[in-house]
Amino acid sequence: MQTVTYREALNQAMVEEMQRDGNVFLIGEEVGEYNGPYKVSEGMLDRFGPLRVVDTPISESAFTGLAIGAAMTGLRPIVEFMSFNFSLVAFDQIVSNAAKTLYMSNGQFPIPLVMRGPGGPAAQVSSQHSNCLESLYSNIPGLKLIMPSNAYDAKGLLKSAIRDDNPVIFIENELLYGDAQEIPDEEYTLPIGVGEVKREGQDVTLVAYGRMLHLAAEAGEVLAKEEIGVELIDPRTIKPLDLDILADSVRKTHRMVIVEEGHRFGGVGAEIADQVYGACFDDLDAPIRRVTASENPLPYAKNIEAASLPSVAGIVEAVKAVLYRAS
Amino acid sequence: MKPAVARSDRNRRVVEFPHVQFKLLSLAKPTSRQKAVVDGLGKEKLIEMYRKMLEIRFFEQRAEQMYQQRKIGGFLHVYMGEEAVATGILAAIDKDDYVVTSYRDHGVALALGIPPGALMAELFGKVTGVCGGKGGSMHFYSKEKNLLGGHGIVGGQIPIGLGAAFRAKYMGTKQVSVIFFGDGAINQGVFHEAANMAALWNLPAIFVVENNLYGMGTSVSRSTAVSNMAVRAASYDMEGLQVDGMNLLETYGVMKEVVDKRRRDPCPILIEAKTYRYRGHSISDPGNYRSKEEIANYRTADPIAQVKKFLNDLGWMDDAAAKAMDKEVRQEILDAVEFAEESPDPDPAARDRHVFVP
Repeated sequence: MQTVTYREALNQAMVEEMQRDGNVFLIGEEVGEYNGPYKVSEGMLDRFGPLRVVDTPISESAFTGLAIGAAMTGLRPIVEFMSFNFSLVAFDQIVSNAAKTLYMSNGQFPIPLVMRGPGGPAAQVSSQHSNCLESLYSNIPGLKLIMPSNAYDAKGLLKSAIRDDNPVIFIENELLYGDAQEIPDEEYTLPIGVGEVKREGQDVTLVAYGRMLHLAAEAGEVLAKEEIGVELIDPRTIKPLDLDILADSVRKTHRMVIVEEGHRFGGVGAEIADQVYGACFDDLDAPIRRVTASENPLPYAKNIEAASLPSVAGIVEAVKAVLYRAS
Repeated sequence: MKPAVARSDRNRRVVEFPHVQFKLLSLAKPTSRQKAVVDGLGKEKLIEMYRKMLEIRFFEQRAEQMYQQRKIGGFLHVYMGEEAVATGILAAIDKDDYVVTSYRDHGVALALGIPPGALMAELFGKVTGVCGGKGGSMHFYSKEKNLLGGHGIVGGQIPIGLGAAFRAKYMGTKQVSVIFFGDGAINQGVFHEAANMAALWNLPAIFVVENNLYGMGTSVSRSTAVSNMAVRAASYDMEGLQVDGMNLLETYGVMKEVVDKRRRDPCPILIEAKTYRYRGHSISDPGNYRSKEEIANYRTADPIAQVKKFLNDLGWMDDAAAKAMDKEVRQEILDAVEFAEESPDPDPAARDRHVFVP
């Protein structure tokens, strides 16, 4: 085993895949000479040279479109968005071209493309830098969507994403980049679309992904002290969603709470809840509860920023609510 | 008129862009370059290109008719009047070069040699269409012909073509990437982003702006501060040139030189093809923003009629031969319509196919 950070795990995934396949290349802002805005691509320019680690002008639309064109003609690009907020500048390329070309061309042009970078709120960067775009991207057929919560998953899933013949949105988290974990020395991949039970429990199924998984885990500890058994599930992939692992758990616990960092209206949690209702409505003993960001752009000031986002206390409260216990 | 002079920042190239008036050159009096082009092409190839333009014209005339009969739905943007652009430009590239264009894609697809039956069937939404009926008029794709799409969002195809040019550099091939877009698209930010990157990295991207003078109903004079579009190339330290897009010998001749040069030394270029569309922006546009006189004036320089007269003057195609060819091509298009009519609709299961590669 080796101990690596989330950022190093991502770096290993890209380096290994670029060594394995000469058609894989990395393109984005500051990925080369600067060694990555968050040092995820550290050392890659030296290793692979400027043709395969491509520093771009600040032109998200054109470099994303370039990657789509390169994918159509046989390469396997990795696009790094310095922040997923900047993917909005390339939204037309992602939605109109990356997601739709395979379908509109009737299968003639697959788009083996990974678009990755940090998403979600960091710390006090205000609203333009704090978007959770997973609900937007998950609404577009043709895109896969992965949000790893830890270094082990980040590496295994990024390697699978690079080998996938479809466009994959891969949303990391800035606040997790430094988190270290033991991972195998030898090569491994993880299947896309398979969730994981992070903690077993009998009373409530708690669903969370990305950074929220860590808040949910903390809430699970708090609740354990009150003898409430939380079954914590990390779907890891938003699309395709591992409904089986969620439904199986609900059949055992009969209750569910979903945590997401994005806003409430039209959120990913609403979709998860709908699918779970469809699969096992009769198994539920209480309505599913969602813990989300509030319906406002994220502010700068520390107190109202925190008040806008899910918290451990909020998750604990929601779990108790589906158990009809007073908090 | 005083020539505009554009100097590159790095003084690597100094390019002059005269403000040429759009002259409808007559092939009856060919220039020495045009003569050289004709000699290079030879009789057979020139007649083949003439036939291609006829195919495009008759295909679209028939498609309009089928649209009126409700055999075709959605949008239908025809290329009529602009045939010499795609035909000349694409006759000058090789099979393994890449091409991408906008939603006005019928001419490009036919010029690349996609059979009219597969294209008409696509317009009819049939399973035998070039995209199995999933794309329609605006979205012709062909892996076999390296056509990376007809694209529905103005300018959205420009970085796609840039990607194909990047791939040529990455793989170390001599391929070029031809990127067609309209005068409206040159005002999209993504053109400027792509032009900058193409020049920065010396990519073999051939940007072809088909300036038909109107972006939908808005004339270039109402949309574009610098009406000479080729001059914009100077901003990115690349060559820019204008070509009479109504003149087949000009579009082909210029493109041949441009491509030959890029095979030796890959770098981008912006070609402004000055042209005119006879019809409205799409079939639902009566084009009331233009006068009848204006359209009639451009029709006197019809790209097909020019070549026809030229071939006649050369003694390469007399009236009888021209008539016979007309008849033959019209029949070919009728066969395409029949093929489309008789083809089945897509299997209902096709709805869910190709959302993802399994």
